[in-house]
Amino acid sequence: MLSRVADSLYWMSRYLERAENTVRQLDVTMGLMLDTGGASEETRWQRLVASLGKPEGLEWDGDLESMARRLVFDNLNHAAITFCINGARENARQVREEISTEQWQRLNRLFHQIHSQQAQDQFASSIGDALSSVIDGIHLFKGVSDTTMIHGEGWQFIRLGRYLERAYATATLLEVYQPELFHPLLREHAGYQYLELVGLLRCCTSFEAYCQVYTADVSPDRILEFLLLNRDFPHAIRYCVDSIRDAIESIRHAGGRRPPEELTAGIGRLHAMLEYTTIGEVLNGDTAAFLHTIREQCLRIHELIYRYYVHYSIQSALAS
Amino acid sequence: MNAGPPLELETLFGEYPLDQAFDEMREPGGEVRAHYRALAETLAGLPHEELQRRKQSADLSFLTQGITFTVYGRDEGTERIFPYDLLPRLITAQEWTRIERGLTQRITALNLFLRDVYSEAKILNDRVIPSELVYSCKHYRRQMRGLQVPRNIYIAVVGSDLLRLNSGEFVVLEDNLRVPSGVSYMLTNRRVMKRTFPEVFSSYGVRPIELYPQLLLSTLRSLAPEGRSEPNIVLLTPGVFNSAYFEHTYLARQMGIDLVEGRDLVTHDNIVYMRTTDGLKRVDVIYRRVDDDFSDPLVFRADSSLGCAGLFNAYRAGNVTVTNAFGTGLADDKAVYAYVPQMIKYYLDEEPVLSNVETYLLGDVKQRQHVLANLDKLVVKAVGESGGYGMLIGPHSTAKQREEFARAIEANPRNYIAQPTLDFSRAPCLIGNQLEPRHVDLRPYILFGDKVNIVPGGLTRVALEKGSLVVNSSQGGGSKDTWVLE
Repeated sequence: MLSRVADSLYWMSRYLERAENTVRQLDVTMGLMLDTGGASEETRWQRLVASLGKPEGLEWDGDLESMARRLVFDNLNHAAITFCINGARENARQVREEISTEQWQRLNRLFHQIHSQQAQDQFASSIGDALSSVIDGIHLFKGVSDTTMIHGEGWQFIRLGRYLERAYATATLLEVYQPELFHPLLREHAGYQYLELVGLLRCCTSFEAYCQVYTADVSPDRILEFLLLNRDFPHAIRYCVDSIRDAIESIRHAGGRRPPEELTAGIGRLHAMLEYTTIGEVLNGDTAAFLHTIREQCLRIHELIYRYYVHYSIQSALAS
Repeated sequence: MNAGPPLELETLFGEYPLDQAFDEMREPGGEVRAHYRALAETLAGLPHEELQRRKQSADLSFLTQGITFTVYGRDEGTERIFPYDLLPRLITAQEWTRIERGLTQRITALNLFLRDVYSEAKILNDRVIPSELVYSCKHYRRQMRGLQVPRNIYIAVVGSDLLRLNSGEFVVLEDNLRVPSGVSYMLTNRRVMKRTFPEVFSSYGVRPIELYPQLLLSTLRSLAPEGRSEPNIVLLTPGVFNSAYFEHTYLARQMGIDLVEGRDLVTHDNIVYMRTTDGLKRVDVIYRRVDDDFSDPLVFRADSSLGCAGLFNAYRAGNVTVTNAFGTGLADDKAVYAYVPQMIKYYLDEEPVLSNVETYLLGDVKQRQHVLANLDKLVVKAVGESGGYGMLIGPHSTAKQREEFARAIEANPRNYIAQPTLDFSRAPCLIGNQLEPRHVDLRPYILFGDKVNIVPGGLTRVALEKGSLVVNSSQGGGSKDTWVLE
C-alpha cells in the first residue's frame, strides 16, 4: 500500500474518532450543567477544554450557547467538530480510490449535513439532537467501513488511527478527572457526585457496559479499573492497546514489512503495563503519572508508525 | 409539410425554437425524428412532478457520490457538481459506424505523424506540413527526438471533440492528445441514467460502454516494458486540487490500480519506484494525468513539484512506460490540426472520413488580414490552450475584446487560429418543466494499444446557458448521457 494512502487513512480515522469524542464530551458536559447545584458552568467548561487537550480559542466567555457553537461549527478551530470532519473528509478525498463508495458517500453526507443550514437550525432548536445526528453519521461510517471494505492493510491503518486516538483521548480524560474523582468538589451531595461519575462513564459511552460488569454501583476506583484495564470493552485503554498491537501484526501479514524492534517494543511495553498492573497498584502509586505515561507512550508509538511506514528515508529503503 | 407533434408533446415543447441549426430531436418541420419518438412519448406521458422527482433524485445521486469538479479562478466553493441534463442524446447505428471509422483513421494518422516528426520527419522534408509550424509549437518536445516509444504508440488515450453541422454531418473540432478528461462523467452518467429511465433505456437497445475501464487497463498493460510480465500499473495524478481529481480516483478504483502523486514516486538508477508501507516497489506503466511541463522537474519545468525527478530518464531508458507519451500536444496544436486531412492522405493514402472545421492560419498574411477584418464573425483560439480558455467568440464579443485579440494576433500570429462561428447542432434539454434546445458537442473516447478501440458513445457536452456556444465544464457547460443505438 502506498505510504501516503496509509497515512491518509490513518488520519481520516483519527479525525473522526476525535470528532466523536468531542461531541460526546460536549454532550455530557452540557447535560451536567442542567443540575445547577453542582460546579459552575465555567468550571465545567474549563474541565471540558482540559480533557480535550487544552485547545486554544475556547476560553470561557460566559455564554454557553456561543461557546458550544464555537466548539461545533468553528472551521478554523482545530478542536471543533466541523474542523475534524473536514479533516477526515479531506483525507478520504485523497484516497478516494482506496475506500469503498459506501464509505465515501457516508462521510460526504455527514460533511454536507454538518455544513447545511439545517444543521444550524437543529442546533438552535436542540443542541442535543444536533449532536446525536453527528454521532449517528460517524457510527454509520464506521459500520460501512467494517462491512464494505476489505479487512486488509488499509483497514488496519484505519483501526490503528481509531484506537491510538481513543487511547490517547481516554488517558487525557482520566488524567483531568482523576484528582476530582477522589476529592469531589462537593463531597456532601452524594447525588451530584453520582452524576459526575456517570458523566465520566458516558464520555466514553461506557455506562451500560460498566453496569453489566459492576452493577450500577459506581465508584471511582472501579471506573478507573474499567476504563483503564478492561480487556473486552472497546473504549477501555487496554482494549485499545490490544487492538493497536493486533493491527500492527495484521499489517505485517497483509504484506507490510516486519515492524521494527523499536515499534513492537514500544507497543509491547504499553501492553504489558496494562496487562500486568492491578488497579490497586495504580491507585496506591502515582495515578497521575501512570496516566501521563500512557499518553506519552501513545505519542511515541504514533511517531514510530509515521517514521517507519510513511516517512522513511530512501537510502534505508534501498538498502533493505 | 406535416401536422406537427401531437397535443401532449406540444405542451412539453412549449416555445421550442427551430431554425437552421440541426436539431438532434426534431426535423426542420417540427416532427420528432424517428429514433427520438419513443423517448418523446415517454416524456410527454410523465406528469411534471414525476419528471422533477427523477431529476432531483439524479442530482442527489451526483452530490452524494461526490462527482464534482473544480473551477479555477473563482473564490466561492471550488467544488461543484457537474451539471447534468436528464435527457439522453441519441445516435443511430449508422451515424456511429461512420464516426468510429473516421476516428480510427484519424487517430492512426495522428500517431504516425507523431512517430514521424520525432524520428525521420519525412512529412516535413516532403513539405506536406511546414516545418516551422511544427518546430515553433510550444508542445513540441525536443527531448523526444529519436526516442523509442513502446509499440510506437504515442497516443494511447484520446478524446476528440466532434460537432454536427447544419447539414447533419459530424466534423472534428479538435483532438485532445495530451490528457483528455471527462470519461468518468460518461460512465457515471450512464449509471444514473439507467436508474432514472430504466424503461426507456431497455426499450431502446443501447450499446454498452461500461467496459471502458477494463479496456483502458488492457491498453496500458499492452504497453508495458519488455520482460515485465506482471506490470505494476499506476495512475499519476497532480493531486486533490486538480479539476479532474474525481475522475482520477474513479478510474484508478475501477481498474484496481494505485493512484499515485509525484511525491509517492522516486527514481533510482533509472528505475521508478513508489513508496509503500512495505518499502519501495517498482513501477512499470504510468497512466499520466499530469501535463508534460509538470512531469519531471529535471527535464521540463524546474519549479514544478507535481511530477517525479528522473522520470524522463527512466522513460528514455525504457524502464517505465509513460502514456500518453511526452510531446503529443504537438499534434493537437490548433494550427497543426488544420493539416490533419493532409496527414491522413500522406500516411494512409485515404480520404478523411470525418472533415475538419475550416481553419484560418494566422501566420499567413492573406488569411490574417481576412481574419482581422472579420473578427466579429469568427472564433479565434489560442493554439495551445484547451478547456475553452483563451478564446474569442466574435459575434458575442465586445469591441474592446476584439481589439485585445487583434493586438495579440499581430504580436504573435503563430499563437492563434480562427474558425467560422459554427452553427452546430442542438439537443433538447429539460429546463424547468419544458424542453428547450441547447448546443451540444460529442467527445468519444478512443483507446490505442494493440488496436484502436472506441466505446460506443462518449460524453455529450451541453452549453446549458441559452444561446451559448461554449460547452466546457470550466465555462458553465453540462453533460448528457449518449446512447448509441443497436
